[in-house]
Amino acid sequence: MREKVIFEYSHPGRGATDQWPSDAPEATDIPDALRRKSAPILPEVSELETVRHFTRLSQLNFSIDTHFYPLGSCTMKYNPKACNQYAMLPEFLARHPLAPESHSQGFLTCMFELQEMLKEVTGMQGVSLTPMAGAHGEFAGVAMIRAYHRARGDLARNEIIVPEAAHGTNPATATMCGCVVKEIAVDADGDVDIEALKAAVGPKTAGIMLTNPSTLGVFERRIEEVARIVHAAGGLLYYDGANLNAILGKVRPGDMGFDVIHMNLHKTFSTPHGGGGPGAGAVGVSARLAPFLPIPIVGKDGDKYRWLAETDLPQSIGRLSAFMGNAGVLLRAYIYMRLLGREGMSQVGDFATLNANYMLARLTQAGFEAAYPARRASHEFIITLKKQARELNISAMDFAKRLLDHGFHAPTTYFPLLVPECLLIEPTETESKDVLDAFIDAMVHIQREATEEPEHVRGAPHTMPVRRLDDVRAAKQLDLTWKPTAA
Amino acid sequence: MSNVPADLKYTRTHEWVRSLKDGTIEIGITDHAQHSLGDLVFVEVPEAGRQVGAGEPCAVVESVKAASDVYAPVAGEVTAGNAELATTPELINQDPFGAGWMMRLKPANPGLLSELMTPQEYAALLKAEGG
Amino acid sequence: MAFIPHTEKDVAAMLAAIGVERIDQLFDEIPANLRVKSLAGVPVALNEMEIGRLMSARARQDGRPLCFIGAGAYEHHIPAAVWAITTRGEFYSAYTPYQAEASQGTLQLLYEYQTMISNLTGMQVSNASLYDGASAVAEASLMAVRANRKSKSQRILVPTTVHPHYRRVATATASNQGLRFEDVPYGATEGRTLVDALAKYDGQDTTAIVLQQPNFFGVLEEVDAITDWAHARGIFVIAVVNPTSLALLKPPGEWGAKGADIVVGEGQPLGVPLSSGGPYFGFITTRMEYVRQMPGRIVGRTVDLNGKEGFTLTLQAREQHIRRAKATSNICTNQGLLVTAATIYMSLMGAEGLRRVAAASHAQTRELVTALTRIKGVRPAFNTPCFHESVLLLDRPVAPVLKSLEAQGVLAGFNLADHYPELGPALLVCATETKTAADIDTYARALTDAMKAARAA
Repeated sequence: MREKVIFEYSHPGRGATDQWPSDAPEATDIPDALRRKSAPILPEVSELETVRHFTRLSQLNFSIDTHFYPLGSCTMKYNPKACNQYAMLPEFLARHPLAPESHSQGFLTCMFELQEMLKEVTGMQGVSLTPMAGAHGEFAGVAMIRAYHRARGDLARNEIIVPEAAHGTNPATATMCGCVVKEIAVDADGDVDIEALKAAVGPKTAGIMLTNPSTLGVFERRIEEVARIVHAAGGLLYYDGANLNAILGKVRPGDMGFDVIHMNLHKTFSTPHGGGGPGAGAVGVSARLAPFLPIPIVGKDGDKYRWLAETDLPQSIGRLSAFMGNAGVLLRAYIYMRLLGREGMSQVGDFATLNANYMLARLTQAGFEAAYPARRASHEFIITLKKQARELNISAMDFAKRLLDHGFHAPTTYFPLLVPECLLIEPTETESKDVLDAFIDAMVHIQREATEEPEHVRGAPHTMPVRRLDDVRAAKQLDLTWKPTAA
Repeated sequence: MSNVPADLKYTRTHEWVRSLKDGTIEIGITDHAQHSLGDLVFVEVPEAGRQVGAGEPCAVVESVKAASDVYAPVAGEVTAGNAELATTPELINQDPFGAGWMMRLKPANPGLLSELMTPQEYAALLKAEGG
Repeated sequence: MAFIPHTEKDVAAMLAAIGVERIDQLFDEIPANLRVKSLAGVPVALNEMEIGRLMSARARQDGRPLCFIGAGAYEHHIPAAVWAITTRGEFYSAYTPYQAEASQGTLQLLYEYQTMISNLTGMQVSNASLYDGASAVAEASLMAVRANRKSKSQRILVPTTVHPHYRRVATATASNQGLRFEDVPYGATEGRTLVDALAKYDGQDTTAIVLQQPNFFGVLEEVDAITDWAHARGIFVIAVVNPTSLALLKPPGEWGAKGADIVVGEGQPLGVPLSSGGPYFGFITTRMEYVRQMPGRIVGRTVDLNGKEGFTLTLQAREQHIRRAKATSNICTNQGLLVTAATIYMSLMGAEGLRRVAAASHAQTRELVTALTRIKGVRPAFNTPCFHESVLLLDRPVAPVLKSLEAQGVLAGFNLADHYPELGPALLVCATETKTAADIDTYARALTDAMKAARAA
């Protein structure tokens, strides 16, 4: 029995009528020409029907609360309930973004302290909390790099260097900032190719976008040399903080030589993924980029907190959101960081790395092929299934789908593009050893099934609410909104 | 093993070129290209009359997992785009060198056509790329 | 507390499997000189009880004043069911629905949302959200440049009656790609864009015009005339709308003869609390012919191997993870949880409930304006129809008056001095269905006292 589209439950006149204002005086002063002539088609269902429908829909999802979700580069760690409960205190929910500072000191204190804690764990001198997602933070970072060069009169610098293993948002962001992307190779051990880098830098280099540990799950061992080469050529270093969980409390991007970073608060600082957001992509900068930070930022005057905006930061790259970004997400990150405290930060890095290395060791012992066998895992690692693809005609996607039948969300498969048929696995620190062992057992089981019953793996998943979906049909016969069928 | 017809010319970016009797050339993407893209869901071809430079992206092919630009092998003026592809993009998958032709071009300098890759050179490229 | 479940026994077994003796050895690839010594700048950990007390104290500090500010964020009643369901772990802690078989709940919800918001705006197709209304204007401008093949200028006309922060965000976001935003001034007595004043753009290549309805002042723009003017000149119309208002006002799909080309707006009024400005969500809808130029995720309905109906992300080839440098946008994470709340809200309210919320909000604002303009020194700024927000002119500077009302627990409105100094002392006020006659009375009394005291000083 599948759950119908909500419109199919509609009956004329139904609705959560008790929730509607009872009084609806005619708005006679609105000119007729500007009025709506016919009502929009929205559901007509009772409150209980609505609650049932969406509750049943929720039960069709995998989530961290219900399943292990080892998605590489996504950091699917437990979202503490306390973060949600205290971020949703009625006063915080009721505060208007334009409320005066006299009625905002409690909120502003949290935001200021969050700025300070983020500076400390990243080793940066300035922080802006306004970007609303990682990609948004990337945009801010690259825009600041451009603004910095322009302010120095260096208008030729419009090239952004990106390793070929980079996440798609990196080159997309560079383009959005009006820059030209220059891709460089990664060597066989997963580090940036230093010779390729030396050839790529020059007077047109605005900067390089890196993540460390990289998207291949390994630490960029020559990072200090990379920093020297790029800085010597006049470029700046941008840090994609997607993998910050691996080094939280152990290494700081500012100490590695990065000039600007973005952090994914919905990854490292455990704010909820929400089925596709909201995230928050706070940015941190070294002193020389501080004048360009996106506004507003929280500042302190004596013992009072206030907003710093256009007049305080005249060289700012500007506003990136209507108000101050995803405030509710920022409150959750604040609460999480206060719960971790200084001791908790380095525990995160320790146990995320322990879990990943344990899984890597056991999977390779079970016969799976690591993409970088000579390297330590960071908080994530890559298994390549290219042998299975070649010998058994079973792809990484097939493994991923069969894992769903075992009750595990698949690891990341579409990325990095560099490694064929890869599974990028990130357990995070909040998973226990038994969960990791169960996942490994499932992988072993699927491997055996791939040799004995390959069709069963290729046809997976079998036990989910739907089997594999026809993507081609979805793209060719576009059905993007429900329409009433002709009577 | 992909098909590489002997009577066509090729580019490094996986386009094929057929010289037509009236001096124009016909262009499409190769069997290797359609295979790596997968089932095509959308194709955009240039309008007749458009001037294009050598190597300029002038068409787009989109599958579920990828979207690629198609590049003009030589400079010239577009004389026709295959209108069938708007409703039936899968023609490129089914018959990449025939019914799946994408556009026709009047080359600005026909002499440059001899510099395109031969079938042997293209086959060697595919082998080197592991295709 | 770091939510780490490992016992000492677990750690020992795991280290043995890896073949090291200490966790520290797992970091041996990291140069020793880079290792952090201490994080003295981060306070020591609090437990849940302690953080609960701290946050409650901070919340109490800010309290809950009576709020009459609109300016892009609107207080509406949110039924309890909305967030009770939205914060269910299966929605709250789910990831982006890339593995469709494990995400049918989220995907079907997004399909329903796309349908509702398309219907509300009178357009044919929607995406699964953008960050907020302001960034949506930037994305719509970039989309217009891609879609409007007839125009090369990349020039976007933006009336100054569009929300000032939205204009700032559009410039900060899109000018790096060569877009030029040009201000169009408004009529001083009407408080809206003057159609005749647009004549100065005749004959110039313009890619799009942005038109906000109601505009930032709450005034209703002449959307039909402006839409027709734009279309006659090959200019795209980007509508920026308040979704609650669309239950009463003509949707952009019906503006002028052909309807707007791209519609964006801020979805916050649909079941999302004020929460200091975020997280909210931006919506974008358009005609089917432009669907491939629309940024962000889109959900489509299809069938599975057994012919059973299912939902999946589609047209992904436009997005960053595939198209990379040539993507329509770099957007990856959007605002999924807020869309969840909005979809549940729209289902509970339906068209009739939404109409009543719009009508009640409009009525309360009218009551508020009537009550306040009775006070000496307070008069309306414009002589034109408006919807649920209004600009009042005071006979003295606004800031001290606001301070005085703040002290009495009333947030009187948004001071327009910084953004619209040409108006003189001007205040943007808003009342929604959440404000009672008693609330309005409280405001009116407080303002009367403040004006009297200021006069006496």
